[in-house]
Amino acid sequence: MAAIRISAMKTAKAGEIIELKALIRHKMETGFRRGSRGEAIPRDIITHFVCLYNGEAVFEADFFPSVAANPFLIFYTRATESGTLEFRWTDQHGTVSSQTANISVES
Amino acid sequence: MRHFRWPLIGLLLGALSACGEEPASDSVRETGLAPDTIVSGYAFLTPETQSEQDDDFLNPANLWVDEGGKLFLSETGVSAACASCHGEGDMRLDGAATRYPTIDHASGELVNLEGRINLCRTRHQQADPLEYESEPLLSLTTYVASLSRGQAISTALSTDEQVFYEVGKTYFNTRRGQFNLSCRECHDLNWGKQLRGDTISQGHSNGFPAYRLEWQTLGSLHRRFRDCDAGIRAEPRTYGSADYLALELYLRVRAQGLPMETPAIRR
Repeated sequence: MAAIRISAMKTAKAGEIIELKALIRHKMETGFRRGSRGEAIPRDIITHFVCLYNGEAVFEADFFPSVAANPFLIFYTRATESGTLEFRWTDQHGTVSSQTANISVES
Repeated sequence: MRHFRWPLIGLLLGALSACGEEPASDSVRETGLAPDTIVSGYAFLTPETQSEQDDDFLNPANLWVDEGGKLFLSETGVSAACASCHGEGDMRLDGAATRYPTIDHASGELVNLEGRINLCRTRHQQADPLEYESEPLLSLTTYVASLSRGQAISTALSTDEQVFYEVGKTYFNTRRGQFNLSCRECHDLNWGKQLRGDTISQGHSNGFPAYRLEWQTLGSLHRRFRDCDAGIRAEPRTYGSADYLALELYLRVRAQGLPMETPAIRR
């Protein structure tokens, strides 16, 4: 599985807007480049990212060949209840890499 | 204390030892850069890239530090993990990277951090050496170098190292390639000026292995050397070659105590 770095608060107040950061290691090969012998380097990219908050999607993104290697996302959501945040990347072959973070929400 | 224990744990300690046993001279050597003008490659980055390097989460090179930290803790082949010797006590590796390249006392050869890790693997871990520029070796090197982050690069030069230093200095100052340029032409004489869209840096090694935006990945100092040589249309040396090791030693001394920035981001 790819190397992943997640940043999320462990505790938050109910209703608070929280910042989430997600970094994954991936070469994001565009498919437009050629190797030293002129051969085409095949495309190899992550195509989809989703963040699930207790199973519900709170942020989604589609990736395309112009996204740089090791894509990094910062996004926000509202802390509603204690539970799990799952960060899930799917590449063009359907391989899924994911990591979870727990959050506890105080009312 | 350290020297008393040397015969007992010499083999292990030798793996990533402190300064050599010869008296080392710390005096500032004359290089092509005036000592008061020396700045890290960091100074030539845009403010955005600087803040990316400064943010421990954002800095993508930390992906390799994480990976290297895992490898450091995990057992290799039939032997113990790096951390079983270097995890605590006298043999911790904080600051070790500041002294590389240096002489391996067992063989008398000049080794850099990559070379030392591979020597450690073959001598103490009964493991195969890792291929230069392979992901595991890059990760381990980056992790070990990151343990010295913020510490000054050593300018100490033992008498044994002096020979290699001169070789490196000659490499640095020798014109080569179709463009007939030496390292000196750019990094001593014209740093701070524009080369197309880029500002020429002083060519210090204190951030390597570094994440280069041009590579979109992390690479070793020797990969950077190869890019420089290819850029002036000279024939790049192989990874780990004697010329590059000597050049690496020259750069260590030339940096005159700049703090280590690994894992750094460079253009």
